Amino acid sequence: MAETGTREDGRTPGDGDLLRPAPDGAVAGHPADASPQDRSPQDGSPAGDGERRRPGIGEGPGRLIVSLYGLFTVAAGSRSIYQLIAQYDRAPLAYLLSAVAAVVYAFILVTLVRGGESARRIGIACCALELAGVLVVGTLTIVTPSLFHDQTVWSYYGADYLFIPLVLPITGILWLRRAGAATTAA
Amino acid sequence: MIGGLTVAVSVAALLLAAWCGYATARDQSTKDWHFIGMAVVTVLALAQLVVGVVELTGGKAADGGDVIFVAYLAGAALAVPAAGFMSLLERTRWGSAIVTAGGLVLAVLEIRLFDIWGGGHG
Repeated sequence: MAETGTREDGRTPGDGDLLRPAPDGAVAGHPADASPQDRSPQDGSPAGDGERRRPGIGEGPGRLIVSLYGLFTVAAGSRSIYQLIAQYDRAPLAYLLSAVAAVVYAFILVTLVRGGESARRIGIACCALELAGVLVVGTLTIVTPSLFHDQTVWSYYGADYLFIPLVLPITGILWLRRAGAATTAA
Repeated sequence: MIGGLTVAVSVAALLLAAWCGYATARDQSTKDWHFIGMAVVTVLALAQLVVGVVELTGGKAADGGDVIFVAYLAGAALAVPAAGFMSLLERTRWGSAIVTAGGLVLAVLEIRLFDIWGGGHG
């Protein structure tokens, strides 16, 4: 994909790029700096040949996914913390489920930001877990609404949140799979 | 007062989302003008935060709970700056897509704010 292949800054996933300002291609474009360490070790491809590198799993379209996971970590986390503190007795199962969802979101967020091949695999597994959670909880809220006394992030397949909780793990899995395919093709 | 600001923030957020969505479609990263737009939306959201807190201290109460109301006000004020920060890190079309998402999220937060405040009473 052309627009994701234009990065020339030679950064690797997992080098803490969240803490660095965005380098301009003009400043950081030193193809000669592409040392073997610039590739992930699992990459298996000849490194340092100055070819354009693909974006890491937390870059390009991945950065949008990272942002959305950050959003949902904050949304689900703050919601469950508030509800667990303020009204735990009302619907403990629903609030604990929201807390679990927040932990899963946070874990995927960290995985995406760290990057690398093993993180990619763990990320796929967690996205699958998240998808299973949305599907199970979504179905349960329709089949046995009495189980939950209040809404969770995953109730009714995330309808309260524009179904993003349902779409996000699918997008995440597709993106991580494609990022992996790009690795083996490189 | 809150009601008018809610409408203003919502419209501004949607305009920002459309503008950055256009940049995404044209395969462009966010430019200085986009960041000025984000600043305008953020100033509106900050004004809403201040007015909301002032109204609460003035004796009014949010129907959905004061704590939740302030939390949503804070979230609304942070949504676009957070998206702008991420778009600074991502100098591709996807940085524009992030700001588009941020604008849409802010618009949704405004709808929730309207409900929590209690719709009718100002």
